[in-house]
Amino acid sequence: MNNKILKWATLTGILLILLLIVSIFSFFWGTVNIPAGKIGEIISKGRADTRFVILFDIRLPRILLAFAIGGALSLAGVILQGMFRNPLVEPYTLGISGGAALGVCLNIVLRMQNILGVFSLPVLGFIGGICVITLVYILSIKQDILRIQGLLLCGVMLSFICSSLIMLIMAISRAEDLHGIIFWIMGSLEQPNWLLIKAALGMSIFGLMAAYIFCFDLNAFSLGEEEALHLGINVEKSKRLLFILTSLLTGFSVSIAGIIGFVGLIVPHFMRLLIGNDHRVLLITSFLSGAIFLIFCDTLARTIIAPMEFPVGVITGILGGSLFIYTFTRKLC
Amino acid sequence: MLEIKNLTCGYTGNFFIQDINFKVNAGEIVGIIGPNGSGKTTLLRGISRGLKPKSGQVFLNEKDIWQMSFKELAKTMAVLPQSIEPVTMSVEEFVLLGRIPHLKDLQFFEGKTDLIIAKESLRLTDTLTLKNHLMTQISGGERQLVLIARALAQQPKLLLLDEPTTHLDITHQVRILDLIKRLNRDLGLTVVMVLHDLNLAAEYCRRLILLKDGRIFREGVTEDVINYRTIEEVYKTVVVVEKNPVSAKPYVLLVSEEEIKQNLPDR
Repeated sequence: MNNKILKWATLTGILLILLLIVSIFSFFWGTVNIPAGKIGEIISKGRADTRFVILFDIRLPRILLAFAIGGALSLAGVILQGMFRNPLVEPYTLGISGGAALGVCLNIVLRMQNILGVFSLPVLGFIGGICVITLVYILSIKQDILRIQGLLLCGVMLSFICSSLIMLIMAISRAEDLHGIIFWIMGSLEQPNWLLIKAALGMSIFGLMAAYIFCFDLNAFSLGEEEALHLGINVEKSKRLLFILTSLLTGFSVSIAGIIGFVGLIVPHFMRLLIGNDHRVLLITSFLSGAIFLIFCDTLARTIIAPMEFPVGVITGILGGSLFIYTFTRKLC
Repeated sequence: MLEIKNLTCGYTGNFFIQDINFKVNAGEIVGIIGPNGSGKTTLLRGISRGLKPKSGQVFLNEKDIWQMSFKELAKTMAVLPQSIEPVTMSVEEFVLLGRIPHLKDLQFFEGKTDLIIAKESLRLTDTLTLKNHLMTQISGGERQLVLIARALAQQPKLLLLDEPTTHLDITHQVRILDLIKRLNRDLGLTVVMVLHDLNLAAEYCRRLILLKDGRIFREGVTEDVINYRTIEEVYKTVVVVEKNPVSAKPYVLLVSEEEIKQNLPDR
């Protein structure tokens, strides 16, 4: 048997088990502590029991959303890092998140939901993200070769411009919109709309499957673009489609849950250190560990200072950042 | 096999190769030589679809390479870069990358044949023992051999190499070029390679293409290209060309400026 398949299956299996454990933990753990043994009794009572409402209307959707968004962000990160062969590239540093955020702010101020309905948020998020990535792409492609430093600088600068524009929008917007924007910027996985949660789940799983079509392209990209071309990869086409895919994943995530930093940077980076550069294994493992990471962080965010709640971005930032510095310095020693 | 017609290509604003015409027949080993900056690598990129031509065409088996699909091209022609960036993957994984053009859509794992072909490629290049080493851990000479193994895994008809022997000691230079010659003879692989070293080019290539300032200066059998008049004119350096006593191929000797002044005062 091909030992690559074995490796793939083993790692996927381990991570799925971990995912299950973290989800169960997150399901039963919280301000209202519900012992796992009582689950049968709670289900049989149904909605009459408040604990049922807490479990199935508050905690379960949150876990599902954290799964979808953690997976999507991490997947976007691993794709971008693979394309550019640089660990610093992720949706946030390329400005995709910033663009998506700007799109969402515009959506709130212009009240697009009246026209587009509940999906106005992700649609505008995607449009914002794709605009920024197109701009980054056009600006840096002018010099024939996509230069990585130029690309990163462009991304960071566009991020700045986007956040300045968001501030501008906040400064001139009405009080009730301002509240909406601030609430959204803080980032939260609390999403009462089941339709959006289902859409996010669908999107991230679609993203994972779509990414697998490009797994060999990504493997070839790890040798450089010209090498990839010589291995029979249609470099420009793959790059464009992967840009669209990552914008879609990021735009969707940012528009639903706000800017949650570091998941797209830290998780793929770690997975790459741990299991190597083969994207066939890397895509699924990054996706699953991103999901696990975000479910875990979100559980912390809502329990540490209960009954108050942290924005989950704070947790991912602190945890991700310090973990990153720790491994980075240890590697240098 | 390969036909280049009026090819002009290059980088925006500065350097261009102009009006390149030549043919390579199946089973040949052709060397591309020339001073630094004469356009050797640019020419190779033009042939391998790395650079879009401003004018002219490149035909591979009578097909315009720009009309071929990327996969089809990669199945017919394998290209070895001058150097590769260090990647952390095992030698075997690296060689299996050469199977990418042969994989079907939605096939995520290599099949049995792919593994066998990769193994055979490793065996042919004498690197089977390195199979589980990481690409970052092996020496420069070994890396070059593994690159050739990857190219073989593509099962190409034509092999393009960009200075396969730079930065290698003479042991590995000879090992690599002997291997290429053997592959040419045993597998019928057509080879076009850019070489820096005139003596290696003379020793291993039947036919040479000498570039100067982005144009073909001379093309022909080794003896017609490597003689002191041509080399001195193109390289602007005083050289002596002798015959290798064993292979009877020409080889180029350099003379230092001081020696010229002392021994050849009239030059």
